[in-house]
Amino acid sequence: MNAPDRSLAKAKSPRVDHVLIAEMVEAGARVLDVGCGDGELLQLLAERRGVDGRGVELQRDKVNQAVARGLSVIQGDADRDLDNYPDQAFDYAILSLTIQATRQPKTVLENLLRIGRRAIVSFPNFGHWRVRTGLLIGGRMPVTDNLPDLWYLTPNAHLCTIRDFADLCERVDATVERAVAFNDHDRRLPIKWSLSMQNLFGEKAVFLLHGPKRSKT
Amino acid sequence: MTAAQSDIIASVARRQSEIDAPSSQIAHFDVSAPLHLACQQDLAPFSVAYQTYGTLNAAKSNAILICHALTADQYVATQHPITGKPGWWDIMVGPGKPIDTERFFVICSNVLGGCMGSTGPASINPKTGAPYGIDFPVITIGDMVEAQARLIDYLGIDQLFAVVGGSMGGMQVVEWASRFKDRVFAAVPIATTAWHSSQNIAFHEVGRQAVMADPNWQSGNYYATDKVPRNGLAVARMAAHITYLSEEALHRKFGRSLQDRSEKTFSFNADFQVESYLRHQGSSFVDRFDANSYLYITRAMDYFDLREGRGSVLADAFRGTQTRFCVVSFTSDWLYPTRESRRIVQALNAVAANVSFVEIESDKGHDAFLLDEPTFHATVRGFLNAAALKHGLGTAGNGA
Repeated sequence: MNAPDRSLAKAKSPRVDHVLIAEMVEAGARVLDVGCGDGELLQLLAERRGVDGRGVELQRDKVNQAVARGLSVIQGDADRDLDNYPDQAFDYAILSLTIQATRQPKTVLENLLRIGRRAIVSFPNFGHWRVRTGLLIGGRMPVTDNLPDLWYLTPNAHLCTIRDFADLCERVDATVERAVAFNDHDRRLPIKWSLSMQNLFGEKAVFLLHGPKRSKT
Repeated sequence: MTAAQSDIIASVARRQSEIDAPSSQIAHFDVSAPLHLACQQDLAPFSVAYQTYGTLNAAKSNAILICHALTADQYVATQHPITGKPGWWDIMVGPGKPIDTERFFVICSNVLGGCMGSTGPASINPKTGAPYGIDFPVITIGDMVEAQARLIDYLGIDQLFAVVGGSMGGMQVVEWASRFKDRVFAAVPIATTAWHSSQNIAFHEVGRQAVMADPNWQSGNYYATDKVPRNGLAVARMAAHITYLSEEALHRKFGRSLQDRSEKTFSFNADFQVESYLRHQGSSFVDRFDANSYLYITRAMDYFDLREGRGSVLADAFRGTQTRFCVVSFTSDWLYPTRESRRIVQALNAVAANVSFVEIESDKGHDAFLLDEPTFHATVRGFLNAAALKHGLGTAGNGA
């Protein structure tokens, strides 16, 4: 009887990055959520934007939960299973707080830009001041609310900063349509702040991108 | 005549009566509508024996077809007329069960080539007045599905809400979804494959050779004699049964335990529990199954390859599909392992189909799909509920 309470609480206050993604996505769009977990974002997108959503999730128990709640989710791996999807099969390919846990972030991002007309990527920012001071002062790998695991337990193999990610976007010829960073109180940072300031105070960031093949709309 | 002999004769008579006049409903298709088979022969007349559960709604939109595996039959949720055992998927199908007969109209038919009332090698060949035996044409999974489609026509149903099945039943599910794209709203292929592997064919060949090596098989013409290839079919079943389990499951169930004895007997008696178990599986199987049916159905499975005629591209089998799929595999299934299911999923992704895929953690092997696996059942229930909502069948508990 404990589990439903928790999910109800979740349903009342969706994650801020999910809310932002729901704003970015056009109503009725076709969406692929890579690393969809138990389908929280897909559910939100279905409820708020009426999307036709699909998900990919590595962890078996989360896939089971998502399918049992009626979502179209497959057990799969962002590193291995994106190759099968045809070009531009979706309006949006979303990678929500997952890119840092992939083995080949660049390949995954390229696949995302190929599969989706647009890609939405969110990730924890390793350039946040708490992370910087943790390493600088404490001399240890930082453990924060956003990065809660000890270094030997974390699934995160490829952490990056906002600046790093912007560089990767440039490298794969992706155009950044919108980028929003959240501070550690889940508030959006002012859009006119410089990249350096976003990188220092942003705890996580959400990028809306499109790939090189697509002509600008 | 010994008591054992008369038991066997009684068992044969019991089986023959289910072939000639099954306990279930039956649809007859006469010579005016032959079934055109993959081997280019026409089969007519032919019959499809079936069971139904629940009520077909006015819009005829709540029908679920359940496709059975190699040795199962139409008695999915009904006591078996020969063995007296509960339906083979009683745990999945029934009022309030994941495939809820209070909501859905469930159909399950005996496959073509079977021995529980649908036309098969033990049925009478109208040309000779005697059972077909091995004059029965070699059939395919596609032929089984065509025969089922005739039954669905006969029941006046245009589109099935769902087609569900495990193992060979799963092959029929993907064949249905490929062959009749607009007649399948949702498809649930479980513990299955899009083509039979070399290893799958190899195991079946062992079974068939065991049957045919039994002198009582008599080139398949045993029906008129007082002999049945019991030993051969029992060995086939024993070998096959091992492939349905996993090493862990066998170990957990039997280990190296001895059967009703404290010491090894230094003989070839069934000293070990696992031997005794397999012998029982073999001998109880021959009481309810026809040896020739076993040959024909295993052959149909071996011939199964959904890529055939499509330039070996599986995705082409599903191109243009609007069906919602839920593919399920089990971690310890080494007969149709997860990678076979994943191939189906990848093909469906390649055509941007609506697909869910779950791999269920279980140590029970291939047979897990028939057993108490709560996560699996929750998955099927959730998937069907969501699909029913999309299909305008309302939510669970709301009626259809």
